[in-house]
Amino acid sequence: MAHVAMLTGFILILIGLYGALTNRNILRMIVAFTVTNTGIHLVLVAVGYMPGRMAPILDEMIPVSEAANRIIDPVPQALVLTAIVIGLGVTALMLAYAYRLYETKRTLDISKFTDLKW
Amino acid sequence: MIKNVIAFALLAALGSIFAALFLGYVPDADLNLTARYYADHTAQDVGAANVVTAIIVTYRGFDTLGEVTVLFLTAAIVGLVLAQTRVGNRGGVAPLPPSGEVLQTGTRLLAPLIVLFGAYVFVNGHLSPGGGFQGGAIVASAVLLLLLSNPLRRFSHRLITRLESTVGLVYVAIGVLGVVLAGGFLDNHILPLGDFGSLFSAGAIPVIYSLIGLKVGAEFSSMMVSLSETEDS
Repeated sequence: MAHVAMLTGFILILIGLYGALTNRNILRMIVAFTVTNTGIHLVLVAVGYMPGRMAPILDEMIPVSEAANRIIDPVPQALVLTAIVIGLGVTALMLAYAYRLYETKRTLDISKFTDLKW
Repeated sequence: MIKNVIAFALLAALGSIFAALFLGYVPDADLNLTARYYADHTAQDVGAANVVTAIIVTYRGFDTLGEVTVLFLTAAIVGLVLAQTRVGNRGGVAPLPPSGEVLQTGTRLLAPLIVLFGAYVFVNGHLSPGGGFQGGAIVASAVLLLLLSNPLRRFSHRLITRLESTVGLVYVAIGVLGVVLAGGFLDNHILPLGDFGSLFSAGAIPVIYSLIGLKVGAEFSSMMVSLSETEDS
């Protein structure tokens, strides 16, 4: 199970990077970056997974005394929660900047933005 | 063409690194030292049934404060970047077609329920999956639904800003109270730990997570309102 999730994550990362490297449209690049982002989250969560264990929530199914042997690693989950929120902020910023870029040149084609090219 | 070749070479290199990592990966049979500490000590020390919540709000509470600050900065920058293009009135623009009976009626029915569900998720963050960030995102999705049903609807920026800044100040104040009354910044022992697994338990965690939920909801809403108010001139 962890292997399936991890493989999917790695493939998503590669798909996203491929899209970001080959597309010329800024919006498509932003979508590609969010795909990469999702792939990284999947890999991180998959690293914390352990076969046969349960979510790190202590209820009647998982008594406190057995917690260390029954739950999966909670640290990657906390990290990914943080990463998702930050990823959303980055996506919102990219979209706002994309809008401003569109306003200045009336195009979203990255190859038209050559002001800083040398 | 040459650029595509370079891109493919880069991806192939990265893919081979990933393949090596993937083939060499063996799932752990036991929790590592940090995770074992959290699993063994969360119930006695923090009193939260959800270990992830205990890590985010108490063990790593300072990081979460920083994360909320990053979100605040994002919302502020989105507002700043888009502010110059904002048009006050749409006098010269033709009115948009109505969004349809189903969407409008559905929004009136669903928006309060979505806000209620968001509040439920962030109040129960220490007991069940979910928490402040997820609940805040759910609350903001109600705002998104309202914007979808009527793109010209205006939300009070003053209300959103006030809510956000007040909640942020209270969050920091609770953190400082932790230094004064308990063991350190953002310590949750300023309130009694209560019965393990009940709603009023885990000290200050439900309070802090509710504040985070409100703050995240306000920030996401302010981003969406900024994006929606930006009109193509």
